[in-house]
Amino acid sequence: MIRINNKQYNIIGGLLGWIWLAIVIIPIYYIVITSLRSQGDIFTANPLSLPRPTLGAYQRVFANNFLLYVSNSVFVTIMTVTIILVASFMVSYMIVRRSDAFSRTVYKLIITGLAIPMQATIIPVYYIIIHIGLYDTLWAIILPSAAFAIPISVMILVNFLRDVPQSLFEAMSVDGATEFQTMIKLALPMVKPALITVLIYDALNVWNGFLFPLILTQSASNRVIPLSLWLFQGQFTVDIPGILAAVVISVLPILTAYIFGRRQMIAGLTAGFGK
Amino acid sequence: MAIAHKGKDSAKPLHIGPSKWYAAPALLLFGLFALLPLVGVVILSFMTWDGLGAVSFNGIDNWARMLADPLVLNGLRLTLILTIVSWAVQTPICILLGVFMAGTQRYRAFLAVFYFLPLLFSSTAVAIAWKNLLDPSFGIGKAFGVSWMAHNWLGDPKTALWVIVIVVSWCFIPLHSLLYQGAVRQIPQTMYEAATIDGAGSIRQFFSITLPQIKYTIATDSTLIIVGSLTYFDLVYVMTSGGPGNATRLLPLDMYLKGFKSYDMGGASVVGVIILALGITMSLILNKISGSDKMDSQMEGV
Repeated sequence: MIRINNKQYNIIGGLLGWIWLAIVIIPIYYIVITSLRSQGDIFTANPLSLPRPTLGAYQRVFANNFLLYVSNSVFVTIMTVTIILVASFMVSYMIVRRSDAFSRTVYKLIITGLAIPMQATIIPVYYIIIHIGLYDTLWAIILPSAAFAIPISVMILVNFLRDVPQSLFEAMSVDGATEFQTMIKLALPMVKPALITVLIYDALNVWNGFLFPLILTQSASNRVIPLSLWLFQGQFTVDIPGILAAVVISVLPILTAYIFGRRQMIAGLTAGFGK
Repeated sequence: MAIAHKGKDSAKPLHIGPSKWYAAPALLLFGLFALLPLVGVVILSFMTWDGLGAVSFNGIDNWARMLADPLVLNGLRLTLILTIVSWAVQTPICILLGVFMAGTQRYRAFLAVFYFLPLLFSSTAVAIAWKNLLDPSFGIGKAFGVSWMAHNWLGDPKTALWVIVIVVSWCFIPLHSLLYQGAVRQIPQTMYEAATIDGAGSIRQFFSITLPQIKYTIATDSTLIIVGSLTYFDLVYVMTSGGPGNATRLLPLDMYLKGFKSYDMGGASVVGVIILALGITMSLILNKISGSDKMDSQMEGV
């Protein structure tokens, strides 16, 4: 009796699992094969049939300055993540190593940011960016993106740093190490896994971010990938394979990272849960 | 700017730990681009500004205008519908998928690898992909030769919002089901063993062990889904721009369109404050409902 029940359950569970796989895979399959279709085929062929693959769409995308947008996105992502990591690590180190009212206030202040839908503040962000003269530069994307990522990054790093045994810090100070040396030589290696999680989480968010580029940049020379995808869509309206080829290109670096470091990627993706 | 002062009284007392200056980069950034805007959005909601010219005070004008604006009410209604429906759609699927992925069978781990693929796409990419996928003339509806499937789902005001619910679920279900996977794996195996000895079948076990054991996860995850759905912007903007008509003009989208398309930054700020207030209220209420201050204790890093 028990066994029958278990079996039934497994069939239901297995069925659900495979159905969900289909729901996930079919749209992705559609994107990939459509990007390989020739333009003439789009309206005549069955949308799920295998095409005679052509890379024409990819050529058209790259002919459209796409490499510039890729390099802008790379620059923005690297700078943002570097700033987040340095700023969050330093403040987290201070929060954990200092036990005074200042450090507690700083922590509370930053953590409050987690409960707030930050997108609601884009109008004043726009105002500030204009007034400090950064409008329509890549820095207009970098600085606010970094600021918005600080609460979650600090929370992860502080949680991790608190697990470093106190005796190790004491040993360092007995050896006469300065706070800075202790931070670099002891804390940094100890929180490496947390830093990688933060790095992946923030890099993904910045690489995929759309709202800041949309409102804070304007010219084509400062365009990043998500914005260019959207603009392609407006200007290539008839070139469906071209638009979807751009979508495929935009996800390739992340897919590569996922293939090689799945575990770290998933840890990074779920960092937003505040575990 | 006020933040810079905070560093000044750091008279380097070595025993207390690192100098207060270690907080300077983070505080400067966070203060300038997160705290200041938080105050700024409230201030701007009492101002007239077209986005280019001078800013001038106009009292409660914007508020009076926005609270009587049918678009704001429409946005509020759509946002609430989207929040409730996407919670109701996502939660059961996430729990089931989480239980499924928590199983130790190898094929489940294999399938889970693919489940996360949607997370790799940007909202823009997802929106563009689904927009094409659902196109009546070359989308997937044509693949099966069933005429009702080739409906213009996004172009029909009656169906557009539901399409958004589906696409949002497609994006975020993998993320949330991962949370349940972790929770289910933490349930002591002995509970299931005892239940099996008592003759309880799997379905019975699911309802009397699994569900009660993950109730805190359900509360946490519901908070994430509900607060998260106040911020859907990219996806909706790229897919529908709020249309057809105003059928998908959610609050964040309404704020953007008022500010950056109609150049009514004051009115847009009012909508921003409403979104902020909704988000904070919802987090607080959900925190109270879930009993313990669980989110807080997680944040404190206990």
